[in-house]
Amino acid sequence: MLDIVYFAWVRERIGLPRERVETSAATVLDLVTELRAREPRYEAAFADTSALRVALDQQLAGFDAPLAGVREVAFFPPMTGG
Amino acid sequence: MPVRVQDAGFDFGAEMSAFSENRENVGAVVGFLGLVRDDTGTLEALEIEHYPGMCESAIAAMVEEARARWDLADALVIHRHGRLAVGAQIMMVATAARHRVAAFEAAEFLMDYLKSRAPFWKKEVSRDGDSWVAAKDADEDALSRWQG
Repeated sequence: MLDIVYFAWVRERIGLPRERVETSAATVLDLVTELRAREPRYEAAFADTSALRVALDQQLAGFDAPLAGVREVAFFPPMTGG
Repeated sequence: MPVRVQDAGFDFGAEMSAFSENRENVGAVVGFLGLVRDDTGTLEALEIEHYPGMCESAIAAMVEEARARWDLADALVIHRHGRLAVGAQIMMVATAARHRVAAFEAAEFLMDYLKSRAPFWKKEVSRDGDSWVAAKDADEDALSRWQG
């Protein structure tokens, strides 16, 4: 089981702040492919992965990163702090 | 090396005074205060969303990196989240060092990284509607001077 959290417009497009999913995805990209196939709102959120960032257990990671041992995946747009 | 991510406001003057007190081998303290700016005349507030936990750990890692690069005695980062009206204080950075160059450079380094590597997202709430602030290429470019 994986906890997935969404922030900013990714959260708004999907309509959820977090969810728990059953998945056997090996990498972030595999997970994104699974999510996109679910429903149009996921397709809309993940249509352009170059506009997205990902964190695995609260550490920034790439879309090719493996999910083995990961508990929480976060998807969000580029950060705008400061 | 305190890092505070909070909804509440803060007193910049009191924070800077407390940060500067009881220093022995410190000749320079630099403070930066960020405010909510209205570029268009229509902004009412910023809504700042954040990733609890990752904000603190990401900023703490930036502070550690700054300590590795400069001879810093101390650093302080406070960043707010939630709804902030025009003119409100968003965040502050303070650095203390023996010499001013380290204090200035480390403060700029922390600011540059906070802009695009700390998990906060700004939404502009204006009379024309709401919109997420897009990350700027200039903010990403600003990081390049600290890399390589």
